[in-house]
Amino acid sequence: MTIAFSEEAEAKIKEYEKRYPTKRGALIPVLKLAQKEFGYISQDVMRLVAERLGLPESAVINTATFYTMLYKEPVGKFHIQVCTNVSCYLNGSDMIVDAVREKLGINMGETTPDGMFSLEGVQCLAACGNAPAMQVNEDYYESLTPEKVVKIIDELKQKGGDQ
Amino acid sequence: MNTSQYTPVLLRSRPDRDYKKLDTHLAYGGMRAVRRALRMKPEEVVETVKKASLRGRGGAGFPTGMKWSFVPKRHDKPVYVTVNADEGEPGTFKDRYFLENDPFPVLEGTIITSYAVGCHTAYIYIRGEFFKGIRVMEDAIKQLYKRGYLGKNILGSGFSLDIYVQPGAGAYVCGEETGLLESIEGKPGRPRNKPPFPAVVGLFGGPTIINNVETMADVRLIFDLGAEKFLSMGLPKDGGPKIYGISGHVVKPGLYEAPMGTNLKSLIYDYAGGIRNGKQLKAVIPGGLSTPVLKPDEIDISMDFDSVRAAGSMMGSGGIIVMDEDTCLPEVLKRVTAFYHHESCGQCTPCREGTSWMDRIMDKIIAGKGEKGDIDQMLRVAKQIMGKTICALGDAAAMPVIGFLTKYREEFEAYIENGGCSH
Ligand SMILES: Cc1cc2nc3c(=O)[nH]c(=O)nc-3n(C[C@H](O)[C@H](O)[C@H](O)COP(=O)(O)O)c2cc1C
Ligand code: SF4
Repeated sequence: MTIAFSEEAEAKIKEYEKRYPTKRGALIPVLKLAQKEFGYISQDVMRLVAERLGLPESAVINTATFYTMLYKEPVGKFHIQVCTNVSCYLNGSDMIVDAVREKLGINMGETTPDGMFSLEGVQCLAACGNAPAMQVNEDYYESLTPEKVVKIIDELKQKGGDQ
Repeated sequence: MNTSQYTPVLLRSRPDRDYKKLDTHLAYGGMRAVRRALRMKPEEVVETVKKASLRGRGGAGFPTGMKWSFVPKRHDKPVYVTVNADEGEPGTFKDRYFLENDPFPVLEGTIITSYAVGCHTAYIYIRGEFFKGIRVMEDAIKQLYKRGYLGKNILGSGFSLDIYVQPGAGAYVCGEETGLLESIEGKPGRPRNKPPFPAVVGLFGGPTIINNVETMADVRLIFDLGAEKFLSMGLPKDGGPKIYGISGHVVKPGLYEAPMGTNLKSLIYDYAGGIRNGKQLKAVIPGGLSTPVLKPDEIDISMDFDSVRAAGSMMGSGGIIVMDEDTCLPEVLKRVTAFYHHESCGQCTPCREGTSWMDRIMDKIIAGKGEKGDIDQMLRVAKQIMGKTICALGDAAAMPVIGFLTKYREEFEAYIENGGCSH
Protein backbone atom coordinates (compact mmCIF):
# COMPACT_ATOMS: atom_id res chain seq x y z
CA MET A 1 0.00 0.00 0.00
CA THR A 2 1.34 3.46 -0.79
CA ILE A 3 0.39 6.23 1.57
CA ALA A 4 1.26 9.92 1.51
CA PHE A 5 1.04 12.92 3.80
CA SER A 6 -1.70 15.46 3.13
CA GLU A 7 -0.73 18.94 2.01
CA GLU A 8 -1.46 20.40 5.44
CA ALA A 9 0.66 17.78 7.10
CA GLU A 10 3.47 18.46 4.67
CA ALA A 11 3.35 22.16 5.56
CA LYS A 12 3.58 21.28 9.24
CA ILE A 13 6.50 18.94 8.68
CA LYS A 14 8.41 21.76 6.97
CA GLU A 15 7.74 23.92 10.00
CA TYR A 16 8.94 21.18 12.39
CA GLU A 17 12.12 20.67 10.41
CA LYS A 18 13.12 24.28 11.02
CA ARG A 19 12.97 23.82 14.78
CA TYR A 20 15.92 21.47 15.16
CA PRO A 21 19.55 21.45 14.06
CA THR A 22 19.31 17.74 13.13
CA LYS A 23 17.00 15.77 10.83
CA ARG A 24 16.07 13.39 13.59
CA GLY A 25 14.91 16.23 15.86
CA ALA A 26 11.63 16.47 13.98
CA LEU A 27 10.94 12.75 14.29
CA ILE A 28 8.58 12.65 17.28
CA PRO A 29 6.40 15.59 16.21
CA VAL A 30 6.22 14.03 12.72
CA LEU A 31 5.31 10.59 14.10
CA LYS A 32 2.53 12.20 16.14
CA LEU A 33 1.31 13.99 13.07
CA ALA A 34 1.43 10.73 11.11
CA GLN A 35 -0.65 9.04 13.77
CA LYS A 36 -3.26 11.75 13.39
CA GLU A 37 -3.28 11.26 9.63
CA PHE A 38 -3.24 7.49 9.45
CA GLY A 39 -4.70 6.37 12.79
CA TYR A 40 -1.69 4.42 13.98
CA ILE A 41 1.98 3.87 13.23
CA SER A 42 2.07 0.88 10.90
CA GLN A 43 5.17 -0.43 9.15
CA ASP A 44 4.13 1.56 6.10
CA VAL A 45 3.86 4.74 8.14
CA MET A 46 7.31 4.20 9.63
CA ARG A 47 8.73 3.72 6.14
CA LEU A 48 7.01 6.86 4.91
CA VAL A 49 8.33 8.92 7.82
CA ALA A 50 11.86 7.57 7.35
CA GLU A 51 11.79 8.45 3.67
CA ARG A 52 10.30 11.88 4.22
CA LEU A 53 12.84 12.89 6.90
CA GLY A 54 15.77 11.16 5.23
CA LEU A 55 16.40 8.89 8.22
CA PRO A 56 17.28 5.20 8.31
CA GLU A 57 14.20 3.09 8.90
CA SER A 58 15.86 1.54 11.95
CA ALA A 59 16.02 4.97 13.63
CA VAL A 60 12.30 5.47 13.12
CA ILE A 61 11.43 1.99 14.39
CA ASN A 62 13.71 2.48 17.38
CA THR A 63 11.92 5.66 18.42
CA ALA A 64 8.37 4.67 17.46
CA THR A 65 8.49 1.49 19.53
CA PHE A 66 9.72 3.27 22.67
CA TYR A 67 6.71 5.53 23.21
CA THR A 68 3.35 4.22 24.41
CA MET A 69 1.31 7.00 22.82
CA LEU A 70 2.58 6.06 19.39
CA TYR A 71 0.20 3.19 18.63
CA LYS A 72 1.65 0.32 16.68
CA GLU A 73 -1.80 -1.29 16.46
CA PRO A 74 -5.12 0.36 15.67
CA VAL A 75 -7.15 1.56 18.69
CA GLY A 76 -10.86 2.29 18.93
CA LYS A 77 -12.35 5.45 17.54
CA PHE A 78 -12.74 6.39 21.19
CA HIS A 79 -9.73 5.23 23.15
CA ILE A 80 -10.69 5.14 26.84
CA GLN A 81 -7.74 5.40 29.19
CA VAL A 82 -8.56 5.00 32.85
CA CYS A 83 -5.97 6.03 35.42
CA THR A 84 -5.22 3.16 37.78
CA ASN A 85 -2.46 4.74 39.84
CA VAL A 86 -2.58 5.42 43.57
CA SER A 87 -4.59 8.66 43.92
CA CYS A 88 -7.25 7.34 41.55
CA TYR A 89 -7.17 3.90 43.16
CA LEU A 90 -7.81 5.50 46.57
CA ASN A 91 -10.85 7.18 45.03
CA GLY A 92 -12.36 4.10 43.43
CA SER A 93 -10.74 3.73 40.01
CA ASP A 94 -11.45 -0.02 40.16
CA MET A 95 -15.15 0.80 40.00
CA ILE A 96 -14.54 3.07 37.03
CA VAL A 97 -12.73 0.31 35.16
CA ASP A 98 -15.55 -2.12 36.01
CA ALA A 99 -18.18 0.34 34.82
CA VAL A 100 -16.47 0.68 31.43
CA ARG A 101 -15.96 -3.06 31.13
CA GLU A 102 -19.58 -3.83 31.92
CA LYS A 103 -20.94 -1.11 29.68
CA LEU A 104 -18.84 -2.10 26.68
CA GLY A 105 -18.26 -5.80 27.30
CA ILE A 106 -14.52 -5.49 26.79
CA ASN A 107 -11.49 -5.97 29.00
CA MET A 108 -8.33 -3.94 29.37
CA GLY A 109 -6.43 -3.87 26.10
CA GLU A 110 -9.47 -4.80 24.01
CA THR A 111 -11.55 -3.04 21.36
CA THR A 112 -15.29 -3.42 20.75
CA PRO A 113 -16.08 -5.44 17.60
CA ASP A 114 -17.41 -2.34 15.83
CA GLY A 115 -14.06 -0.61 16.42
CA MET A 116 -15.78 2.21 18.29
CA PHE A 117 -14.26 1.83 21.75
CA SER A 118 -11.03 0.52 23.21
CA LEU A 119 -10.06 0.35 26.88
CA GLU A 120 -6.67 0.75 28.46
CA GLY A 121 -5.46 1.23 32.02
CA VAL A 122 -2.95 4.07 32.20
CA GLN A 123 -0.60 5.63 34.72
CA CYS A 124 -1.15 8.90 36.55
CA LEU A 125 -2.80 11.53 34.33
CA ALA A 126 -1.90 14.39 36.70
CA ALA A 127 -5.53 14.79 37.69
CA CYS A 128 -5.06 13.58 41.28
CA GLY A 129 -6.99 16.50 42.79
CA ASN A 130 -10.08 15.39 40.87
CA ALA A 131 -9.63 11.65 41.05
CA PRO A 132 -10.74 9.27 39.67
CA ALA A 133 -9.97 10.39 36.15
CA MET A 134 -9.81 9.08 32.61
CA GLN A 135 -8.86 10.34 29.21
CA VAL A 136 -10.74 9.66 25.99
CA ASN A 137 -8.65 10.60 22.95
CA GLU A 138 -7.64 14.21 23.66
CA ASP A 139 -10.12 14.96 26.45
CA TYR A 140 -9.95 14.56 30.21
CA TYR A 141 -12.89 13.44 32.34
CA GLU A 142 -12.42 13.98 36.07
CA SER A 143 -14.21 13.43 39.40
CA LEU A 144 -15.79 10.31 37.88
CA THR A 145 -18.43 7.99 39.25
CA PRO A 146 -19.62 4.76 37.60
CA GLU A 147 -22.89 6.54 36.67
CA LYS A 148 -21.00 9.40 35.04
CA VAL A 149 -18.91 6.94 33.05
CA VAL A 150 -21.99 5.25 31.63
CA LYS A 151 -23.38 8.62 30.62
CA ILE A 152 -20.13 9.68 28.98
CA ILE A 153 -20.00 6.47 26.95
CA ASP A 154 -23.60 6.94 25.83
CA GLU A 155 -22.78 10.46 24.68
CA LEU A 156 -19.69 9.28 22.82
CA LYS A 157 -21.72 6.55 21.14
CA GLN A 158 -24.16 9.17 19.94
CA LYS A 159 -21.31 11.27 18.64
CA GLY A 160 -19.62 8.29 16.98
CA GLY A 161 -22.84 7.19 15.32
CA ASP A 162 -23.44 10.69 13.96
CA GLN A 163 -20.15 10.87 12.15
CA MET B 1 -4.99 28.09 61.97
CA ASN B 2 -6.18 30.65 59.49
CA THR B 3 -5.17 29.60 56.01
CA SER B 4 -6.74 32.63 54.36
CA GLN B 5 -4.10 35.15 55.50
CA TYR B 6 -2.03 34.14 52.53
CA THR B 7 -2.91 35.50 49.08
CA PRO B 8 -1.72 33.17 46.33
CA VAL B 9 0.58 34.69 43.75
CA LEU B 10 1.11 31.55 41.63
CA LEU B 11 -2.36 29.99 41.76
CA ARG B 12 -4.01 33.25 40.77
CA SER B 13 -6.52 31.90 38.28
CA ARG B 14 -10.17 32.84 38.87
CA PRO B 15 -13.30 32.23 36.84
CA ASP B 16 -13.73 35.87 35.78
CA ARG B 17 -10.21 36.27 34.39
CA ASP B 18 -8.92 34.41 31.38
CA TYR B 19 -5.19 34.40 31.94
CA LYS B 20 -4.73 32.52 28.68
CA LYS B 21 -5.14 35.87 26.95
CA LEU B 22 -2.05 38.04 26.88
CA ASP B 23 -4.19 41.15 27.44
CA THR B 24 -5.48 39.79 30.73
CA HIS B 25 -1.97 38.88 31.77
CA LEU B 26 -0.76 42.38 30.86
CA ALA B 27 -3.61 43.99 32.80
CA TYR B 28 -2.35 42.30 35.98
CA GLY B 29 1.33 43.11 35.86
CA GLY B 30 2.19 40.75 33.02
CA MET B 31 5.60 40.96 31.32
CA ARG B 32 6.87 43.42 33.93
CA ALA B 33 9.34 40.78 35.10
CA VAL B 34 10.69 40.26 31.58
CA ARG B 35 11.13 44.01 31.09
CA ARG B 36 13.03 44.31 34.34
CA ALA B 37 15.29 41.35 33.67
CA LEU B 38 16.13 42.49 30.14
CA ARG B 39 17.38 45.79 31.56
CA MET B 40 19.89 43.93 33.74
CA LYS B 41 23.10 42.22 32.66
CA PRO B 42 22.72 38.43 32.30
CA GLU B 43 25.11 37.88 35.24
CA GLU B 44 22.95 40.15 37.39
CA VAL B 45 19.92 38.05 36.52
CA VAL B 46 21.72 34.91 37.70
CA GLU B 47 22.84 36.69 40.90
CA THR B 48 19.29 37.83 41.60
CA VAL B 49 17.98 34.26 41.35
CA LYS B 50 20.75 33.10 43.68
CA LYS B 51 19.84 35.82 46.16
CA ALA B 52 16.22 34.65 46.11
CA SER B 53 17.32 31.14 47.16
CA LEU B 54 15.09 29.51 44.56
CA ARG B 55 15.39 25.74 44.51
CA GLY B 56 14.09 23.74 41.56
CA ARG B 57 10.53 22.49 41.90
CA GLY B 58 10.96 19.41 39.70
CA GLY B 59 11.76 17.18 42.65
CA ALA B 60 15.41 17.41 43.57
CA GLY B 61 15.43 20.96 44.94
CA PHE B 62 18.67 21.94 43.25
CA PRO B 63 19.50 25.67 43.60
CA THR B 64 18.39 27.24 40.31
CA GLY B 65 20.87 30.13 40.14
CA MET B 66 23.76 27.77 40.82
CA LYS B 67 22.61 25.43 38.05
CA TRP B 68 22.55 28.33 35.59
CA SER B 69 26.07 29.36 36.54
CA PHE B 70 27.39 25.93 35.44
CA VAL B 71 26.97 26.93 31.80
CA PRO B 72 30.56 27.44 30.58
CA LYS B 73 31.51 30.98 29.64
CA ARG B 74 33.08 29.74 26.42
CA HIS B 75 31.32 27.22 24.26
CA ASP B 76 31.16 26.61 20.54
CA LYS B 77 27.69 25.11 20.39
CA PRO B 78 24.44 26.99 21.02
CA VAL B 79 23.03 27.08 24.56
CA TYR B 80 19.55 25.64 25.07
CA VAL B 81 16.87 25.98 27.71
CA THR B 82 14.29 23.24 28.09
CA VAL B 83 11.31 23.50 30.38
CA ASN B 84 10.29 20.23 31.93
CA ALA B 85 6.50 19.95 31.59
CA ASP B 86 6.47 16.16 31.50
CA GLU B 87 4.67 15.95 34.86
CA GLY B 88 4.15 12.25 35.36
CA GLU B 89 5.19 11.43 38.90
CA PRO B 90 2.00 9.95 40.38
CA GLY B 91 0.41 12.32 42.90
CA THR B 92 1.74 15.39 41.09
CA PHE B 93 -0.66 17.68 39.28
CA LYS B 94 0.61 21.24 39.65
CA ASP B 95 2.31 21.89 36.31
CA ARG B 96 -0.79 20.96 34.36
CA TYR B 97 -2.53 23.86 36.12
CA PHE B 98 -0.13 26.37 34.55
CA LEU B 99 -0.17 24.75 31.13
CA GLU B 100 -3.95 24.78 30.90
CA ASN B 101 -4.86 27.93 32.80
CA ASP B 102 -1.97 30.34 33.15
CA PRO B 103 0.80 29.83 30.59
CA PHE B 104 2.39 33.30 30.53
CA PRO B 105 4.21 33.25 33.90
CA VAL B 106 5.97 30.06 32.73
CA LEU B 107 6.90 31.68 29.42
CA GLU B 108 8.12 34.82 31.17
CA GLY B 109 10.36 32.63 33.32
CA THR B 110 11.60 30.88 30.19
CA ILE B 111 12.49 34.18 28.51
CA ILE B 112 14.32 35.39 31.63
CA THR B 113 16.19 32.09 32.02
CA SER B 114 17.18 32.07 28.36
CA TYR B 115 18.45 35.65 28.61
CA ALA B 116 20.46 34.79 31.74
CA VAL B 117 22.28 31.86 30.14
CA GLY B 118 22.59 33.21 26.58
CA CYS B 119 20.09 30.86 24.94
CA HIS B 120 18.26 31.69 21.72
CA THR B 121 16.21 28.52 21.29
CA ALA B 122 14.09 27.08 24.08
CA TYR B 123 11.80 24.05 24.11
CA ILE B 124 8.86 23.46 26.42
CA TYR B 125 8.68 19.66 26.70
CA ILE B 126 5.02 18.91 27.42
CA ARG B 127 3.72 15.50 28.33
CA GLY B 128 1.90 13.95 25.36
CA GLU B 129 -1.31 13.34 27.28
CA PHE B 130 -1.69 17.09 27.90
CA PHE B 131 -3.38 17.89 24.59
CA LYS B 132 -5.09 20.91 26.10
CA GLY B 133 -1.91 22.18 27.73
CA ILE B 134 -0.09 21.84 24.42
CA ARG B 135 -2.79 23.84 22.61
CA VAL B 136 -2.89 26.57 25.27
CA MET B 137 0.90 26.87 25.36
CA GLU B 138 1.21 27.03 21.58
CA ASP B 139 -1.41 29.72 21.45
CA ALA B 140 0.28 31.70 24.23
CA ILE B 141 3.61 31.55 22.39
CA LYS B 142 1.90 32.83 19.24
CA GLN B 143 0.47 35.77 21.17
CA LEU B 144 3.91 36.65 22.51
CA TYR B 145 5.46 36.63 19.02
CA LYS B 146 2.72 38.91 17.74
CA ARG B 147 3.45 41.51 20.39
CA GLY B 148 7.22 41.45 20.15
CA TYR B 149 7.92 39.48 23.35
CA LEU B 150 9.47 36.65 21.33
CA GLY B 151 11.47 36.48 18.12
CA LYS B 152 14.18 38.89 17.03
CA ASN B 153 15.29 41.77 19.24
CA ILE B 154 12.73 41.40 22.03
CA LEU B 155 11.39 44.80 23.15
CA GLY B 156 14.37 46.47 21.49
CA SER B 157 16.79 44.81 23.92
CA GLY B 158 18.91 43.21 21.22
CA PHE B 159 18.08 39.79 22.72
CA SER B 160 16.43 37.23 20.43
CA LEU B 161 14.64 34.06 21.40
CA ASP B 162 12.47 31.38 19.79
CA ILE B 163 10.36 29.10 21.98
CA TYR B 164 8.88 25.85 20.67
CA VAL B 165 6.51 23.36 22.23
CA GLN B 166 7.93 19.85 22.13
CA PRO B 167 5.27 17.15 22.61
CA GLY B 168 6.05 14.05 24.61
CA ALA B 169 4.75 10.70 23.39
CA GLY B 170 4.10 8.65 26.52
CA ALA B 171 7.14 7.71 28.58
CA TYR B 172 7.50 8.77 32.20
CA VAL B 173 11.29 8.44 32.07
CA CYS B 174 11.43 11.41 29.66
CA GLY B 175 10.77 13.55 32.74
CA GLU B 176 14.31 12.67 33.79
CA GLU B 177 16.33 15.54 32.41
CA THR B 178 18.63 13.60 30.08
CA GLY B 179 15.83 11.29 28.91
CA LEU B 180 14.03 14.48 28.03
CA LEU B 181 16.97 15.67 25.94
CA GLU B 182 17.15 12.36 24.07
CA SER B 183 13.44 12.66 23.34
CA ILE B 184 13.79 16.18 21.91
CA GLU B 185 16.55 14.80 19.70
CA GLY B 186 14.03 12.32 18.31
CA LYS B 187 15.41 9.28 20.09
CA PRO B 188 14.02 6.85 22.66
CA GLY B 189 14.08 8.70 26.02
CA ARG B 190 16.79 6.62 27.63
CA PRO B 191 18.69 8.69 30.23
CA ARG B 192 22.35 9.49 29.64
CA ASN B 193 25.31 8.82 31.86
CA LYS B 194 26.46 11.80 33.90
CA PRO B 195 28.93 13.47 33.75
CA PRO B 196 28.98 15.31 31.49
CA PHE B 197 26.13 17.25 33.03
CA PRO B 198 23.62 18.86 30.66
CA ALA B 199 24.73 22.37 31.65
CA VAL B 200 28.03 21.52 29.93
CA VAL B 201 27.00 19.01 27.23
CA GLY B 202 23.25 18.75 26.75
CA LEU B 203 20.80 19.10 23.91
CA PHE B 204 22.38 18.60 20.47
CA GLY B 205 25.71 18.75 22.29
CA GLY B 206 25.23 22.31 23.52
CA PRO B 207 25.14 23.54 27.13
CA THR B 208 21.57 23.05 28.34
CA ILE B 209 19.52 24.19 31.29
CA ILE B 210 16.54 22.07 32.30
CA ASN B 211 14.02 23.50 34.73
CA ASN B 212 10.57 22.56 35.92
CA VAL B 213 7.40 24.49 34.99
CA GLU B 214 6.81 25.76 38.53
CA THR B 215 10.47 26.81 38.75
CA MET B 216 9.89 28.97 35.67
CA ALA B 217 6.84 30.61 37.24
CA ASP B 218 8.97 31.27 40.32
CA VAL B 219 11.71 32.89 38.24
CA ARG B 220 9.13 35.30 36.94
CA LEU B 221 7.96 36.02 40.51
CA ILE B 222 11.50 36.88 41.59
CA PHE B 223 11.66 39.65 38.98
CA ASP B 224 8.06 40.67 39.51
CA LEU B 225 8.17 41.00 43.30
CA GLY B 226 11.91 41.39 43.85
CA ALA B 227 14.37 38.82 45.20
CA GLU B 228 13.99 39.97 48.85
CA LYS B 229 10.23 39.68 48.78
CA PHE B 230 10.41 36.26 47.12
CA LEU B 231 12.96 35.03 49.65
CA SER B 232 10.86 36.30 52.55
CA MET B 233 7.91 34.22 51.34
CA GLY B 234 9.80 31.03 52.16
CA LEU B 235 12.83 29.97 54.15
CA PRO B 236 16.34 31.49 54.07
CA LYS B 237 17.79 28.50 52.20
CA ASP B 238 14.62 27.67 50.32
CA GLY B 239 12.87 30.80 49.16
CA GLY B 240 9.44 31.56 47.80
CA PRO B 241 5.99 30.07 47.84
CA LYS B 242 5.31 26.42 47.03
CA ILE B 243 2.41 24.68 45.37
CA TYR B 244 1.36 21.59 47.26
CA GLY B 245 -0.96 19.12 45.60
CA ILE B 246 -3.03 17.10 48.05
CA SER B 247 -4.91 14.02 46.93
CA GLY B 248 -6.33 10.80 48.32
CA HIS B 249 -8.63 10.57 51.34
CA VAL B 250 -8.89 14.24 52.27
CA VAL B 251 -12.03 16.36 52.48
CA LYS B 252 -10.84 18.92 49.93
CA PRO B 253 -8.25 17.49 47.56
CA GLY B 254 -6.59 19.99 45.26
CA LEU B 255 -3.73 22.42 44.80
CA TYR B 256 -2.74 24.73 47.62
CA GLU B 257 -0.20 27.49 47.46
CA ALA B 258 1.50 28.24 50.77
CA PRO B 259 4.84 29.50 52.04
CA MET B 260 7.71 27.07 51.48
CA GLY B 261 8.07 25.22 54.76
CA THR B 262 4.39 25.06 55.68
CA ASN B 263 3.73 22.28 58.17
CA LEU B 264 2.68 18.99 56.53
CA LYS B 265 0.07 18.23 59.16
CA SER B 266 -1.41 21.66 58.71
CA LEU B 267 -1.52 21.19 54.94
CA ILE B 268 -3.54 18.02 55.39
CA TYR B 269 -5.82 19.15 58.21
CA ASP B 270 -6.15 22.94 57.80
CA TYR B 271 -5.79 23.37 54.07
CA ALA B 272 -7.28 20.13 52.75
CA GLY B 273 -9.85 19.83 55.54
CA GLY B 274 -8.51 16.65 57.16
CA ILE B 275 -9.43 13.03 56.54
CA ARG B 276 -12.71 12.26 54.82
CA ASN B 277 -15.67 10.67 56.58
CA GLY B 278 -14.22 11.24 60.05
CA LYS B 279 -11.66 8.48 59.51
CA GLN B 280 -8.21 8.22 61.05
CA LEU B 281 -5.03 8.79 59.11
CA LYS B 282 -2.90 5.78 58.21
CA ALA B 283 -0.12 6.91 55.88
CA VAL B 284 1.14 9.89 53.89
CA ILE B 285 3.30 9.95 50.77
CA PRO B 286 4.76 13.45 51.06
CA GLY B 287 6.10 14.34 47.61
CA GLY B 288 5.05 12.09 44.77
CA LEU B 289 4.99 8.31 44.48
CA SER B 290 8.75 7.80 44.80
CA THR B 291 9.08 9.49 48.19
CA PRO B 292 9.12 7.18 51.24
CA VAL B 293 5.85 6.99 53.13
CA LEU B 294 5.40 8.73 56.50
CA LYS B 295 3.40 7.46 59.47
CA PRO B 296 0.85 9.70 61.23
CA ASP B 297 3.31 10.53 64.02
CA GLU B 298 5.90 11.65 61.47
CA ILE B 299 3.97 14.39 59.69
CA ASP B 300 4.47 17.26 62.10
CA ILE B 301 7.26 18.59 59.89
CA SER B 302 8.05 21.56 57.73
CA MET B 303 7.44 20.89 54.03
CA ASP B 304 10.68 22.11 52.52
CA PHE B 305 13.47 20.22 50.78
CA ASP B 306 15.84 19.93 53.78
CA SER B 307 13.30 19.19 56.53
CA VAL B 308 11.53 16.35 54.75
CA ARG B 309 14.90 14.82 53.92
CA ALA B 310 15.85 15.06 57.59
CA ALA B 311 12.63 13.19 58.38
CA GLY B 312 13.79 10.32 56.17
CA SER B 313 11.74 11.09 53.08
CA MET B 314 11.71 13.79 50.41
CA MET B 315 9.53 16.73 49.48
CA GLY B 316 9.95 15.81 45.81
CA SER B 317 7.30 17.49 43.71
CA GLY B 318 5.13 18.39 46.71
CA GLY B 319 2.41 15.95 45.63
CA ILE B 320 0.98 14.70 48.92
CA ILE B 321 -1.04 11.46 48.87
CA VAL B 322 -3.12 10.84 51.98
CA MET B 323 -4.39 7.40 53.00
CA ASP B 324 -6.99 6.70 55.66
CA GLU B 325 -7.22 3.83 58.13
CA ASP B 326 -9.18 1.59 55.74
CA THR B 327 -6.53 1.70 53.01
CA CYS B 328 -5.11 -1.65 52.00
CA LEU B 329 -1.41 -0.84 51.73
CA PRO B 330 -0.37 -3.95 49.78
CA GLU B 331 -2.88 -2.87 47.09
CA VAL B 332 -1.22 0.56 47.11
CA LEU B 333 2.28 -0.87 46.88
CA LYS B 334 1.17 -3.07 43.98
CA ARG B 335 0.35 0.12 42.07
CA VAL B 336 3.75 1.51 42.97
CA THR B 337 5.70 -1.51 41.74
CA ALA B 338 3.56 -1.77 38.60
CA PHE B 339 4.30 1.84 37.78
CA TYR B 340 8.08 1.58 38.00
CA HIS B 341 8.14 -1.77 36.28
CA HIS B 342 6.16 -0.28 33.40
CA GLU B 343 8.30 2.87 33.23
CA SER B 344 11.82 1.48 33.56
CA CYS B 345 13.60 2.16 30.28
CA GLY B 346 15.49 -1.10 30.70
CA GLN B 347 19.05 -0.04 30.03
CA CYS B 348 20.41 -0.76 33.55
CA THR B 349 20.16 -4.36 34.71
CA PRO B 350 19.42 -3.61 38.41
CA CYS B 351 16.51 -1.34 37.47
CA ARG B 352 15.12 -3.50 34.65
CA GLU B 353 15.35 -6.78 36.55
CA GLY B 354 14.67 -5.33 39.99
CA THR B 355 11.48 -3.46 39.10
CA SER B 356 10.19 -6.50 37.26
CA TRP B 357 11.02 -8.81 40.15
CA MET B 358 9.42 -6.60 42.81
CA ASP B 359 6.30 -6.29 40.69
CA ARG B 360 6.07 -10.06 40.25
CA ILE B 361 6.36 -10.60 43.99
CA MET B 362 3.60 -8.05 44.59
CA ASP B 363 1.44 -9.82 41.99
CA LYS B 364 1.94 -13.03 43.88
CA ILE B 365 1.11 -11.45 47.23
CA ILE B 366 -2.03 -9.79 45.86
CA ALA B 367 -3.11 -13.09 44.32
CA GLY B 368 -3.08 -14.53 47.83
CA LYS B 369 -0.03 -16.65 47.13
CA GLY B 370 2.48 -14.67 49.18
CA GLU B 371 5.06 -16.48 51.24
CA LYS B 372 6.87 -15.59 54.41
CA GLY B 373 10.17 -14.76 52.77
CA ASP B 374 8.67 -12.42 50.18
CA ILE B 375 9.01 -9.26 52.24
CA ASP B 376 12.71 -9.77 52.91
CA GLN B 377 13.23 -10.80 49.32
CA MET B 378 11.67 -7.55 48.10
CA LEU B 379 13.77 -5.54 50.51
CA ARG B 380 16.91 -7.26 49.22
CA VAL B 381 15.98 -6.57 45.62
CA ALA B 382 15.16 -2.93 46.39
CA LYS B 383 18.48 -2.39 48.13
CA GLN B 384 20.31 -3.91 45.19
CA ILE B 385 18.87 -1.25 42.91
CA MET B 386 19.76 1.72 45.10
CA GLY B 387 22.68 3.75 43.79
CA LYS B 388 23.51 1.32 40.99
CA THR B 389 21.71 2.86 38.05
CA ILE B 390 22.19 5.54 35.40
CA CYS B 391 19.21 7.65 36.41
CA ALA B 392 17.25 8.23 39.59
CA LEU B 393 14.28 6.13 38.44
CA GLY B 394 15.98 3.12 39.95
CA ASP B 395 16.17 4.71 43.40
CA ALA B 396 12.68 6.10 42.92
CA ALA B 397 11.40 2.55 42.44
CA ALA B 398 13.29 1.17 45.42
CA MET B 399 12.65 3.84 48.05
CA PRO B 400 8.87 3.51 48.36
CA VAL B 401 9.16 -0.28 48.55
CA ILE B 402 11.66 -0.02 51.39
CA GLY B 403 9.49 2.63 53.06
CA PHE B 404 6.24 0.66 52.98
CA LEU B 405 7.75 -2.68 53.88
CA THR B 406 9.75 -1.43 56.86
CA LYS B 407 7.19 0.97 58.32
CA TYR B 408 4.11 -1.19 57.79
CA ARG B 409 5.68 -4.63 57.86
CA GLU B 410 2.97 -6.13 60.12
CA GLU B 411 0.26 -5.19 57.65
CA PHE B 412 2.13 -6.89 54.80
CA GLU B 413 2.76 -9.95 56.95
CA ALA B 414 -0.91 -10.11 57.87
CA TYR B 415 -1.89 -9.78 54.22
CA ILE B 416 0.35 -12.69 53.28
CA GLU B 417 -0.98 -14.72 56.20
CA ASN B 418 -4.66 -14.06 55.44
CA GLY B 419 -4.43 -13.71 51.66
CA GLY B 420 -5.97 -10.25 51.76
CA CYS B 421 -6.70 -7.12 53.79
CA SER B 422 -9.01 -7.68 56.73
CA HIS B 423 -11.50 -4.92 55.87
C1 LIG C 1 12.34 9.26 36.51
C2 LIG C 1 12.34 10.73 36.69
C3 LIG C 1 11.25 11.47 36.28
C4 LIG C 1 11.23 12.85 36.42
N1 LIG C 1 10.14 13.53 36.00
C5 LIG C 1 10.13 14.89 36.12
C6 LIG C 1 9.02 15.64 35.65
O1 LIG C 1 8.03 15.12 35.15
N2 LIG C 1 9.07 16.99 35.77
C7 LIG C 1 10.15 17.63 36.30
O2 LIG C 1 10.17 18.85 36.35
N3 LIG C 1 11.21 16.94 36.75
C8 LIG C 1 11.23 15.59 36.67
N4 LIG C 1 12.33 14.90 37.10
C9 LIG C 1 13.50 15.68 37.60
C10 LIG C 1 14.36 16.15 36.45
O3 LIG C 1 15.32 15.15 36.16
C11 LIG C 1 15.11 17.44 36.76
O4 LIG C 1 15.78 17.29 37.96
C12 LIG C 1 14.22 18.66 36.86
O5 LIG C 1 13.43 18.82 35.74
C13 LIG C 1 15.08 19.89 37.04
O6 LIG C 1 14.27 21.03 37.20
P1 LIG C 1 14.35 21.93 38.50
O7 LIG C 1 15.81 22.19 38.78
O8 LIG C 1 13.63 23.18 38.12
O9 LIG C 1 13.73 21.18 39.59
C14 LIG C 1 12.36 13.51 36.99
C15 LIG C 1 13.44 12.76 37.42
C16 LIG C 1 13.44 11.39 37.29
C17 LIG C 1 14.62 10.62 37.76
S1 SF4 D 1 17.61 3.57 36.20
FE1 SF4 D 1 16.01 2.50 35.09
S2 SF4 D 1 14.96 4.10 33.97
FE2 SF4 D 1 16.92 5.00 34.64
S3 SF4 D 1 18.32 4.63 32.95
FE3 SF4 D 1 18.51 2.85 34.27
S4 SF4 D 1 17.02 1.35 33.47
FE4 SF4 D 1 16.51 3.34 32.60
